[in-house]
Amino acid sequence: MTGAALRTVDLAVGYRARGSQRAVLEHVNLAARSGELVCLLGPNGIGKSTLLRTLAKMQPPLWGAVQLGGDDLRSISPGELARRVGVVLTERVAVEALSVRRLVELGRYPHSGWFGLLTESDRRVVDWAIEAVGVRHLAARDFSRLSDGERQRVMIARALAQEPRLLVLDEPTAFLDVPSRVELMGLLRRLTRDAGLAVVVSTHDLELALRTADVVWLALPGGELVTGAPEDVVLSGGVSLAFEARQIRFDPEARTFRLLTGDVGEAVVSGSGVRAALAGAVLEREGYAVVPASDACTLSVHAHESGWNALADGVEGSGPDFRSLAVFLRGRRAMT
Amino acid sequence: MKTREVTMLVGLAAMLAAVFLLSLALGSTPVPLRHVLMTLIGTSPAPDTAAIIVETIRLPRSVTAMLAGAALGIAGLQMQTLFRNPLADPFALGISSGASLGVALVVLGTGYGPATAFGTAMGIRGDALVTMAAIVGAAAVLGLVLIISSWITSPTTVLILGLMFGYAVSAVVTVLIGASQPERLQQWAQWGFGSFSGVTWQRLQLFGPLTFLGVLIASGTTKQLNALLLGERYARSMGLAVRRARWLTLLGASLLGAVVTAFCGPISFLGIAVPHLCRGLLGTSDHRPLVPAVVLMGSIVALVAQIVSTVPGNAGVLPLNAVTSLMGAPVVVLVLLRSRHGAFAG
Repeated sequence: MTGAALRTVDLAVGYRARGSQRAVLEHVNLAARSGELVCLLGPNGIGKSTLLRTLAKMQPPLWGAVQLGGDDLRSISPGELARRVGVVLTERVAVEALSVRRLVELGRYPHSGWFGLLTESDRRVVDWAIEAVGVRHLAARDFSRLSDGERQRVMIARALAQEPRLLVLDEPTAFLDVPSRVELMGLLRRLTRDAGLAVVVSTHDLELALRTADVVWLALPGGELVTGAPEDVVLSGGVSLAFEARQIRFDPEARTFRLLTGDVGEAVVSGSGVRAALAGAVLEREGYAVVPASDACTLSVHAHESGWNALADGVEGSGPDFRSLAVFLRGRRAMT
Repeated sequence: MKTREVTMLVGLAAMLAAVFLLSLALGSTPVPLRHVLMTLIGTSPAPDTAAIIVETIRLPRSVTAMLAGAALGIAGLQMQTLFRNPLADPFALGISSGASLGVALVVLGTGYGPATAFGTAMGIRGDALVTMAAIVGAAAVLGLVLIISSWITSPTTVLILGLMFGYAVSAVVTVLIGASQPERLQQWAQWGFGSFSGVTWQRLQLFGPLTFLGVLIASGTTKQLNALLLGERYARSMGLAVRRARWLTLLGASLLGAVVTAFCGPISFLGIAVPHLCRGLLGTSDHRPLVPAVVLMGSIVALVAQIVSTVPGNAGVLPLNAVTSLMGAPVVVLVLLRSRHGAFAG
């Protein structure tokens, strides 16, 4: 497959109310290729969900066009669209007394006949979808008794059962704990590789997205969209623009956020490996900037196997764990 | 379908057959089952009294009960799935209030009523008039609610709209009752009791095809109902034209409710209870086994209610409406308490 599975041409998304239009994102020109995992990022309320709903034809564009495999979205019938695009939403699905398998079978809706009876090939697709998201051991279970992470996997299996070429997911990780989030993103990534799907997913989990996505679409305040590989987007400074606030800074090298807790002074850390790094983290949280060895520095901390030693303005301290280090640092700050 | 579900459906069908025969045998004049069967097959030796009772009174009554029960059951299921609300029933759009307004206008205004229905020429005319009035009243409210609801996106708002219409129309009926003569009130109350006996063979010629076709068409929405299980957004993403499906389902379910109300009076509760019973029994929300189960179970419950209502024997009959509620309420409470999450809990 060549070319874009999904393309937008000068798209504007937003709302129509009483004759007036309010665009949230304008001049949107995006493309997602088959086999690519695209993460849509941006601050809350910027219009990520609106954009995704427009891409899935759940809401009309204000102007411009969405193209699916070269066809204008407006010319695609609901049934045909369901065979091309699978959707997973943030909302928790409240359905009682429905087995996982039956729920995934619902995904055959656009393929099955008038009464919804399934053929042998339908069943094979359902089997494949259940297998692909790794929930075969749950197939006979009641959907309502699954954990949030398992539910999202099942909802993805249902979308896969539609045999789409494009998967659109609106914050599927919103209710999940950290391991489930990582697993879910891993699953989406695998689907792009194994099934050749194009996957567009919006998420709040910036750090995870930057590590797993092939392409990032980053919506900036003001409605501009920066696109590219995660590294391109980091280099462009877009991430800082979109998310930084008074108390928080994005560290491009570590690709993580740092909490700014104050400006107490500088500190030197010595010690080996992970202990030194963790001692640095304690210092940072207490408002110190960790610097390489220097003479001007008034605080030095050494982390070793049985705890830590510190020297601050001639005052010595030591302790067995990081908790006591933090207490020592706070006590020192209270004195000055 | 799983074996368990098939077994349940076969069991329900067998139970329906049994209850049907019982309903023909029991009553103020008990008829032996053997006679009932002979009458049904047409091998009854001579047209004795028992055969006449079974043929002209009990058979149309039981057929009416079955059709009405099936209609209310499936319409209730449609409404509950559509609104994703366990309390929705075929009258969710206020049509039963609309029907009662129509009947109130005729009965309280003219004195024609179902109580005068038996025998006299005047009675038959009065009966037909009441049915007409109920249909016109229900259709008027249904039309209004449907027109307004086509501008509304949220199903919950549509539900509230129907509820508000119901309240307003009921209030008008109360005003009419307050201003009417006592002997007409008696007839009005008679209609409110509900009854399957008012539908004779002649009236069944209209009632039968209407409800039968309605149930058949409603059964055809099985696939759409399944798609709606996950909510309207997911239904749309799987290729369902949601607005159209919602409108058609509302129309179909409400018409079924309106027809039953017009011919049998307000039969409350059956439409809410039967879907819950079937979900509890089958242990699934999948409409493929649920739709046939609801049709069978609706017929069974209506027939049982009919049988129970004739328990006083010669002393008269219990109001059907009271019987369905008294029977149904405890059963539904039981089913809800037994299911660990409650039927619609997240």
